[in-house]
Amino acid sequence: MIYRENGQFKVAYRDDQQIFPIAQDRWFVLALLAFAFLVVPFLFDDYVYKAILIPFLVLALAAIGVNILVGYCGQISLGSGAFMAVGAYMAYNMFVRFDGMPLIAALLLGGGFATLVGIVFGIPSLRVKGLYLAVATLAAQFFCDWAFSRIPWFTNNSSSGSVAVGRLEVMGWHINTPVEKYLFCLSFVVVFALLAKNLVRGAIGRQWMAIRDMDVAAAVIGIRPTYAKLSAFAVSSFIVGVAGALWGFVHLGSWEPLAFSIDRSFQLLFIVIIGGLGSIMGSLFGAAFIVILPIFLNQFLPFLGSLFGVTISTALISHTEYMIFGALIVWFLIAEPHGLARLWSIGKQKLRLWPFPH
Amino acid sequence: MTDAARDLILEVRGVSLSFGGVHALTDISFDVRRGEIRAIIGPNGAGKSSMLNCINGAYRPQKGEFIFDGQPIAEVNPHRMASLGVARTFQNLALFKGMSVLDNIMTGRTLRMKSNLLLQAFRLGVAEREETAHREYVENIIDFLGIQAWRKTPVGTLPYGLQKRVDLGRALAMEPKLLLLDEPMAGMNVEEKQDMCRFILDVNDEFGTTIVLIEHDMSVVMDISSRVVVLDYGRKIADGSPDEVRANPDVISAYLGTEH
Amino acid sequence: MGFFLETVFGGLMAGVLYSLVALGFVLIFKASGVFNFAQGAMVLFAALAMARFSQWLPMWLGFESKWLANILAFAIAAALMFAFAWLVERLVLRHLVNQEGVTLLMATLGITYFLDGLGQTIFGSAVYKIDIGMPKQPIFVFDSVFQGGLLINQEDLYAALIAAALVAALTIFFQKTTTGRALRAVADDHQAAQSIGISLQRMWVVVWFVAGITALVAGMIWGSKIGVQFSLTTVALKALPVIILGGLTSVPGAIVGGLIIGVGEKLSEVYLGPFFGGGIEIWFSYVLALIVLLVRPQGLFGEKIIDRV
Repeated sequence: MIYRENGQFKVAYRDDQQIFPIAQDRWFVLALLAFAFLVVPFLFDDYVYKAILIPFLVLALAAIGVNILVGYCGQISLGSGAFMAVGAYMAYNMFVRFDGMPLIAALLLGGGFATLVGIVFGIPSLRVKGLYLAVATLAAQFFCDWAFSRIPWFTNNSSSGSVAVGRLEVMGWHINTPVEKYLFCLSFVVVFALLAKNLVRGAIGRQWMAIRDMDVAAAVIGIRPTYAKLSAFAVSSFIVGVAGALWGFVHLGSWEPLAFSIDRSFQLLFIVIIGGLGSIMGSLFGAAFIVILPIFLNQFLPFLGSLFGVTISTALISHTEYMIFGALIVWFLIAEPHGLARLWSIGKQKLRLWPFPH
Repeated sequence: MTDAARDLILEVRGVSLSFGGVHALTDISFDVRRGEIRAIIGPNGAGKSSMLNCINGAYRPQKGEFIFDGQPIAEVNPHRMASLGVARTFQNLALFKGMSVLDNIMTGRTLRMKSNLLLQAFRLGVAEREETAHREYVENIIDFLGIQAWRKTPVGTLPYGLQKRVDLGRALAMEPKLLLLDEPMAGMNVEEKQDMCRFILDVNDEFGTTIVLIEHDMSVVMDISSRVVVLDYGRKIADGSPDEVRANPDVISAYLGTEH
Repeated sequence: MGFFLETVFGGLMAGVLYSLVALGFVLIFKASGVFNFAQGAMVLFAALAMARFSQWLPMWLGFESKWLANILAFAIAAALMFAFAWLVERLVLRHLVNQEGVTLLMATLGITYFLDGLGQTIFGSAVYKIDIGMPKQPIFVFDSVFQGGLLINQEDLYAALIAAALVAALTIFFQKTTTGRALRAVADDHQAAQSIGISLQRMWVVVWFVAGITALVAGMIWGSKIGVQFSLTTVALKALPVIILGGLTSVPGAIVGGLIIGVGEKLSEVYLGPFFGGGIEIWFSYVLALIVLLVRPQGLFGEKIIDRV
């Protein structure tokens, strides 16, 4: 009843091509954005921003990048952690070695370097696909792991092997408090999500999806697989690189290569699968899920244990987390391979008909 | 160049193709006149699809050459042939299952889309205008094929007959000079076949597109094609008008077997 | 020269273990088309089971013989791997039969996490010893040719022998037994195998079980060498370049590939390492695999991949 398209006719193709053609969707998203920018900063205490909202935002951004490569273009990548690392370390180097380098420029430059690395490690995709490609991207992961721990230049010759970033500011606005960091990350996510959405609904997005669905046929209609695949790697690594830089600068403050290890790559892949491959919104859902699940388990399991008079150690919680995680991945793949995004759109379908059953 | 030669849009000369020890095609030569509807027929396994695949660059023949529009093609690959104006449909419908009908046909416009990544990301003026212009062209094709109602539906959920139309639409979106149709009537009932025939004839008539089609249904072949090539076990056994071919004893024995 | 040979031997021994893990991958891939990321977790789980049971059984059943404890522990671990194989087929494979490779790969990643958590919950997460009585002292050979002889780790030698015995057993299994033949049929062509009455499901349980045994032996050997610990899962990641090199569908490829990678790693660490500041073992095998991928995508022994439209 509320969610119907009655009366919403489009007379121009331009209108039909909008990101949110249904008016109710537009209002909802605008309201959500207003809420996120204007209300949320006043709602919570510092812990929530630091432990939930900021990691959620940065991981969502990284997931959007990974989704472009894996979900839209169909190229498996197990090296996303490495691209985050490149973004973080190169942004760090730009920031530290050049006096007066603006923060945003440093972050974007970090992304730029990640793009270059991404293209190089994307070259195997021109020859192989599927699992073989996964192995090639693992090469990127391990090589970067090694490079950032062994080559002193990257860490500005730091003796401890880790790097730290000090004061963050953008044109006079000092970004110190968790709320300010939250708003900073939120802005990045909104802008990049919009850009990503424009790409995937445009010509290049169709090329990516064509390569994903049937690359032999794609070649026959004039799509150049080389351009499509490498551009996917490029765009994806750029976004992932910027996310990595944000992760280091804003979320962690100081970091070492372990922050971007293969576990991070797997985590991003899980986010994208659970959230929904080939869906920008899915990346957000997935990130929210991954961030909230451990926190939820941390609270819930001891509570569950106390019901049975059993104390659950933190080690046990983390093991159980692994188990639940793994089981959830498998369950999602069996029950809803298109992830939370599909569940969301099914929900919307039902809402369209509500209160009627069909 | 003689009048006859200028009239040829495609010449196939001495093409031989083998996979390992299997000889799919042996020394095939024929030509296709501009604006005609040429049929390739033959029993199963004769090499018809392989021939089509060679023409559009998906397979590389070991021997032979192609002359397209009067120009010899040095390197035959899918992208080159697509940009020269060769489009095709597929026997097994190589549609992009994850995309809608509209998006599938829009991919056919790829070669004509010029705006780069950055413009598309920001959806600035040029990118938006181009997208809308191509959308309009594609909508005309959708109207022509009568699939308006399904334009936003994911292609994988559509019935077979509709998918075949989308396949045709995608090829048409390329504005091809030469259209290769691989068994366009396969799996269709009489009505659907009539519809598809109408589409093919209209495309040939209105746009002047030359058509090469592989088809098993003899009545279709006799009805709409101007000339026919017959293949059997990878060799050409007949070439001429439908009537000539129908009366050819080699063709008859290829299909029916010889009398003892 | 002597040092070079020692390094090569050492590499060969390490390679043997890689081969074992890679073998598990190849078996599962050949028979069910699944790229089993969980192979490493299986190695760890099996090794943990054996390690803990070899400690627990003497305590529970009150006997002293280490030899008996090991045998029983091995048997129990094997039984656990069978249960695992059965569960995986039932709960996961059966439902994902027609999905693409990526989905199955992700599913095995999920299984990895699950198995990791489960193993550590049941068996604990400290480092455990497996003592199957392998001699630890190195021996010297060829001392007539080289001065002082070449240093060979006896443990590695025995490990290689055990691995060779396993491969021989597997070969006999595949070539001579009915089940083995059925497995080869399934690996060749699922539909054809089904049409002559072979149950795919049953075969998958069998092959995952066999892969589980391979994992158990690998875990046993490796655990006996360095102790059973979490880092065993990274062994699986080491095995991936082996498969790329050898070809995803080739058993001899897994063995040869493992040996090549093992030797290559050791040699690169010793001779190239100093130029790079050390620690290049991590990525050397991967970069090697990458290069092979670009030049010959199907690996040394694998089948050529043809795309038909």
